[in-house]
Order: sequence, then structure tokens, then C-alpha cells
Amino acid sequence: MSTTRPRMRRIPLNAAAVVTVALCLFPVYWMVATAFTPARDIQSDTPRLVPRTWTLDHFRTAVGADGFGLFWRNSLLVTLSAVLLSLVVALGSAYAVARMRWKGRRHFMLMVFIAQMAPWESLIIPVYIISRDTGMLDRLPTLTLVYFMMTLPFTVIVLRGFIVTIPPELEESAQVDGCTRLGAFRHIAFPLLAPGLMATSLFGYITAWNEFAYANFLIIKQQDNRTLPVWLSSFQNVFGTDWGATMAASTLFAAPALVVFLLLQRHVTSGFAAGAVKG
Amino acid sequence: MTAVREQTAPHPPPSAGRPRRSPGPGPRRPSKDGGPGVWPYVLIAPAVLGTLYLLVYPLVRAVVISLQDFGLRQLILGDARFVGLDNYGTLLGDSRFWEVVRRTFLFMAVNVALIMVLSTLVALMIERLGRFGRTAVLSSLVLTWAMPVIAATTVFQWLFHSEFGIVNAVLKDLGFESFDRYAWFAHGPAAFAILIALIVWQSVPFAAITLYSALTTVPVELYESARLDGASGTRIFRSITFPVVRPIFLLVFSLEVIWTFKAFVQIWVMTNGGPGDATTILPVYAVQTALSSQRYDLGSAASMVTVVLMSGVLVLYFRQMFRQEDELA
Repeated sequence: MSTTRPRMRRIPLNAAAVVTVALCLFPVYWMVATAFTPARDIQSDTPRLVPRTWTLDHFRTAVGADGFGLFWRNSLLVTLSAVLLSLVVALGSAYAVARMRWKGRRHFMLMVFIAQMAPWESLIIPVYIISRDTGMLDRLPTLTLVYFMMTLPFTVIVLRGFIVTIPPELEESAQVDGCTRLGAFRHIAFPLLAPGLMATSLFGYITAWNEFAYANFLIIKQQDNRTLPVWLSSFQNVFGTDWGATMAASTLFAAPALVVFLLLQRHVTSGFAAGAVKG
Repeated sequence: MTAVREQTAPHPPPSAGRPRRSPGPGPRRPSKDGGPGVWPYVLIAPAVLGTLYLLVYPLVRAVVISLQDFGLRQLILGDARFVGLDNYGTLLGDSRFWEVVRRTFLFMAVNVALIMVLSTLVALMIERLGRFGRTAVLSSLVLTWAMPVIAATTVFQWLFHSEFGIVNAVLKDLGFESFDRYAWFAHGPAAFAILIALIVWQSVPFAAITLYSALTTVPVELYESARLDGASGTRIFRSITFPVVRPIFLLVFSLEVIWTFKAFVQIWVMTNGGPGDATTILPVYAVQTALSSQRYDLGSAASMVTVVLMSGVLVLYFRQMFRQEDELA
């Protein structure tokens, strides 16, 4: 009695868990499954949950499509440089806020919090005009700068939260032992910051890798400078109505994010949670 | 934006007063060389300069454009002249614009309500699950979360495809014959509903994981003593769980309000605001007006109205938060 009742009571709970997992994963699964399904099975009135036969044709179509490699490279380039830039700049600011006492510190943090809520969707028009006036339209560095700015506030907030939790005494004693302030930070605090750096670079990576609106409206004439999201959104022109190829392309586009997140699952949840709780 | 600044300037930044914060905001005693001197300013300079050029300047430009007569001609020749508040007058006098505003709020309200309810339930569920179930649910949430917006949007288009979509096939199998080849994206309310499903699906993971992490901060002793006192589940939630997670709950809530208010990509890619105007919300309207109709002035004005409305929501949130902090203090 005493053992069966809790077990009985767990049934609805576990059922809810199963439903949650299914609802979360089904679209992802369906994307991957369709990507491996032969075209004739895709265009059937009775879709099958598990493909009868598997094929790599769609992936071949997607990879062979015009500019696929180029757009991959563009996306990767823009994403990595934006994340790196934002990490370096944010680390300096976060250190200044967390470790030093100076006039305007609070106002700076308030600015960062407000900047985090920046209405980026409302700034496409002026950014477009400014880029055009400075000859930066159609160029990848423009996207890099915009993505850098999009991720900067969050990065500052999370890194500040992490630096604050590292006792300054650790660095001070290193300084007493003859390290410079920079050296003390590099050898003592930096390794402890690893989870924070990981969480924020993942956030930046996802934001930049995914960004569509700016990539779509700032890269117009130089089609070679387009990024993957824009390319993917124009799939209907690229592949006609080839849903298999579209899903294969989507899979290839989503795969890096899915794999990285899954591998770092624990750090992601704890890192973001820490950022949110402290933010 | 300015409204937020005025509202919040005299107060500490929003971070103050969150639970489980490390002791002290971190100002440390002056170092042996007698204070940091110019170093902090050097360290924040790149961030400040970046913000000024990449955020503040475009914002100012947007305001200026919204006060000008700025169409395609002015974009090319650069001879825009100021027309005062004419653009705002045109906008506010347009019934289509008000329809869009109403739809934006409806869209936001439905989305945020669904996201908050579902993610709270999921968070409470994760907390009660065993080790295995917890890992499974958290992993699938993280996977959903990692799914790029464009990829997810494309997949939802495929799921709801009129001919070969699995949703129609399943509904037909369940006996809803009317869904045979039902064209979801040709019907306003149906397209609206799919966009809501997509955004809720994408947003629940972040909200649920964050709320779950907040739940783990509730001291176990509180639960134990409440149970000893014979409190019911709902009572425990109301009196113990919710008050502890309330700051995080409000944080997530405000973030979701902002994010759904700004939803653009999903709509632009999936329906382009259509069919008709059925899924046009403010950001879509602004871009349509500016870039498709080449009325940059009206588009900017619409963007500025969006910013003002969003700031209004934020001010309400900040007020609530600071009031709470005063109570605690």
C-alpha cells in the first residue's frame, strides 16, 4: 500500500513528462525524418512516422545547391567574429563593474540593462540608411558589428555575475606574490570564468547564427555575402517545392546548434540559470 | 526608451535584490596604488562607444527620419525636409494602423499567457520528476531551444503543409475530414494560431528552465514544515513557492512580453503578414511600410510607436519590481 500509492500518483506526472518530451522533440524529429525520406514517400497522402526507406539524396541536393558552402562560411565567419568581439569587450566592462569602484558604475550598468531590451526590430531602417551612407551596405563586417551589439549587454551582465562570485582575495594574494593585476586575473579568475564564458558565447553564437532580419535587409546586392538563414528562407526559390531538400538544408543548418547544446546541456542550463538569477 | 530611463534612474539597477545573489555588488577596497584611476573608463570605453554608434545613433536617426518627409527620392538624393509630427498624424489617423496595434496586443497577450502557464507547469513537473525523467525533459527542452528560428519556422510550414503536412493527415485520420488539404496559411485565424503555436513552442524552453532553476532555490525546510502543518499542494504553491520565485517569474514575464512584442522573423518568413493583414503585427507593419512601400518616414514612425508602447509595458514592470524591493527593504 505504502509503496503502490506514490507509484500510482506518479503516473499522471510521468505521462505529462512524456507528452512534454514528445511535443518538444516532434518537430525536430520530423525535420530530420523528412530529410531522410525518399521524395515519393514525402509526397504521399499518408505520411509515415518512420520512413520506410532512407535516402541521402536530399542532403546531396542541399549541399550541391548554389552557394551552400559559401553561405556556411559567411555565417560561420560573421558568427565567430561577433562572439569573439563581444566576449573581449564585455570581459573588460564586466571586470570594471565587478572589481573596481568608480563614478558612474551604476549608471553604466543601468545603461547595459536598458540596452539589453533594445528594439532591434525597430532599428532596421536607420541601420540600413547609416550602412548605405558609410558604404557598409552588403558587407559582412556590418552584420558582425550589429550582432556584436545585440549580444554585448547580455554578455556583460552574465560575466559580471560570474566575476562577482570569484573572491577578489584570490587575485589579491596572487598580486602579493608578485603577479601584475592583469596576470592575476588571467591566471586566477579567468579559469574560474570558463562556465560564464561558455554560456555567453553559446548565447552569442545562437543569436548571430540565427539572425535573419538584418542579414536579409542589409545584404541585398551582393548575393555572395548572404548568410544561411536568409538562404534557407528563400528555399522555395532555390528548391522549388522540394520539401525533402528543404528539410535536409534545415537539418544541416540546425545541426551545429543542436549538437553543441546537447553536448553542453548541463552547462547550458546551469549557465543560463545563473545568468538569469543573477541578472 | 527615455521613459524607462526617467522612471528607473533614481533606483538601483534591476539586479538589486534578487535572491541567491553573491554578497555585495563587488566594489572592493582601493588597491594599493590608491584607486583604479582611469582604468575602469578605459575598460568600458569600447562598450560605450559601440553602444553609442550602433544603438543610440540609429535610434536617434530613426526619430529624425520619423519627423521627415522621407521616401525613395529622399533616400537617394538625401534632401529630406522636416515635417514635424505629420507622419505620426498620418499613422494615428489610419484605421489599418489601429487594427495592427490591436492585433499586436492580442498576439502578445495570448502568447505570453500560454508561455507563462505552460512553462510554470513544466517547471513544477521537472522538479517533481525522478532523475531520469528530469534529464530527459531538460534535454528535450534544450534541444527545442537550440533549434534555430528559421529552421523551426520552416519545419512548422512543413508540418502544416496543406497537401503533405502531417498535421492534416493526423487530423484526417482522427476523423476530422474537413482538414483534408486544409490550407492553414490561407485562413487568417488559422495562420495566426500556427504562429502562436510556433512562438510558444520556441519560448517555453527558456522560460521553463529559468523558472525551474528558480524553483530549486526554494529552501526544502519550508516545504517540509508546510507539509507537517498539513498544507495542500495549491496552498504550498501560493504561500511558499510563488513568493520565492516571484522575482524570476516577473523577469521571465517581462522578457517574454518584449520578445513576443518584437516577433518579426517567424511572421515575415511564414506568412509575410498575410493572408490579407491577418498576421501583421507592429514590427511587420513597420518593415512593410518602410521597405516594401518605400515610406521610410512612416515606417520609422511606426517603429517609434512600437518602442514607446514597449517602454510603457517595461515601465509597469520596473515599477512593480521596485515596489517589491521597497517592501523587502
